[in-house]
Amino acid sequence: MIWDWGYAIEILPALLRGLLVTLLATLLGSLLAFTLGLVFAVVRRNRVPVLDPLVRAFVEFWRSTPLLVQAFLIFYVLPGYGITLSPLTAGVLALGLHYACYTSEVYRAGIDAVPRGQWEAATALSLPRSRVWLGVVLPQAVPRVLPALGNYVISMFKEVPLLLAIGVVEVVTVAQQLTAQSFSPVEPLTLAGLLFLLISYPASLAVRRLERRVGVV
Amino acid sequence: MIVFDGVEKRFGDNVVLSELDFTVRAGEHVTLIGPSGSGKTTILRLLMTLEKVNKGTIKVAGRYLSHMERRGKLVPADEKYSREVRKRIGMVFQQFNLFPNMTVRGNLIEGPTRVLGLSKDEANARAEDLLDLVGLRERIDEHPSRLSGGQQQRVAIARALAMRPDVLLLDEVTSALDPELVAGVLKLLRDIGESTDITILCVTHEMGFARDFSHRVMMFDGGRVIEDAPPDKLFTDPDHERTRSFLHAVLER
Repeated sequence: MIWDWGYAIEILPALLRGLLVTLLATLLGSLLAFTLGLVFAVVRRNRVPVLDPLVRAFVEFWRSTPLLVQAFLIFYVLPGYGITLSPLTAGVLALGLHYACYTSEVYRAGIDAVPRGQWEAATALSLPRSRVWLGVVLPQAVPRVLPALGNYVISMFKEVPLLLAIGVVEVVTVAQQLTAQSFSPVEPLTLAGLLFLLISYPASLAVRRLERRVGVV
Repeated sequence: MIVFDGVEKRFGDNVVLSELDFTVRAGEHVTLIGPSGSGKTTILRLLMTLEKVNKGTIKVAGRYLSHMERRGKLVPADEKYSREVRKRIGMVFQQFNLFPNMTVRGNLIEGPTRVLGLSKDEANARAEDLLDLVGLRERIDEHPSRLSGGQQQRVAIARALAMRPDVLLLDEVTSALDPELVAGVLKLLRDIGESTDITILCVTHEMGFARDFSHRVMMFDGGRVIEDAPPDKLFTDPDHERTRSFLHAVLER
């Protein structure tokens, strides 16, 4: 098999457009996972009635099933209940929900690492519950877990190609479509792989630097 | 000001306090002494609602702290009710427990602005006055981690005072400090004791301080008050052999 530079350069723009979709899915999925994971962690820590057992059951169930199955479920089963989503929306939802189950554990570790004395001092000042969380606990817990969250973003980024199964036109989907047209898989797939490397490697270096700065949980 | 009535506190099967009755008058300085595990700190933690009583009741300034009245019956206090009553109570901890994510100023204005509803300006003025009192005015915009243990504890005292409490609980506030920093904190507490009419309950191993700071000393052992007397009496001529042996052991050091 011969590497065709001309062909490689010709398909690069299409692959880059696919990469943008991959990045977009990662960005939105991360935002969802960060927010929802935090909500899960706070609900569990506060033992909110009704919600706490629901969240626990959901996290247990969702963590024990593959992302691909979840994506199928959201994309193919929800329309049966009147909820029709575009592939990208369904994909973001799948990624966000899946990773929220992991980020909630990360937040939990960060919250547990806040010394008990901090809660007690907040009680001694009679601070309202919301202020204890927003003013005292989370500002100490979240910075400590940023590296762990960063690692999940990288891991999510590399799982976006799974969404080709529900028709999200991300970079690997593009590479596959190109392969189907040209019968030449080497250039598109190699380039797609390289694009992933080009982003995840520097990102993991950045996370490592962050780890050194904030210290490990 | 403070009334304990038949208070019992257990941790599992371990009875920490049993059948405890005592009263502290407004403005009184009471020091709790006794061997570790005798329940002194638990009393402060009950008053701060960091622990709940298993039996009996606690009243502060005429209001139930541990319980609330609902349709003529006493029921365990809920979070909202206890927050209301404990606004009158402040606590200083052995480990300072300043909020590391805030500056000294942030620590001092947090309660007054968020709980007492003071404006930022009012809270700042109060914070500055208190930092003058504890001698740390120039450190107002630093983070606690930049301060020594003694300085952090003085800020923690200022933070508790910023709430203008009627009752101040001091839980072994010098135990975590380097010996050379202890004197400064104790002097500050003496000044506060003299210049305010705050009711102060204090757990300490500093017997010299207990002696000249308190109006009353309560000796604890095995979850009970075994002796309750003015310091001059208790430190020189205790009635109980247990008190004598305890004092002997601590003063021996």
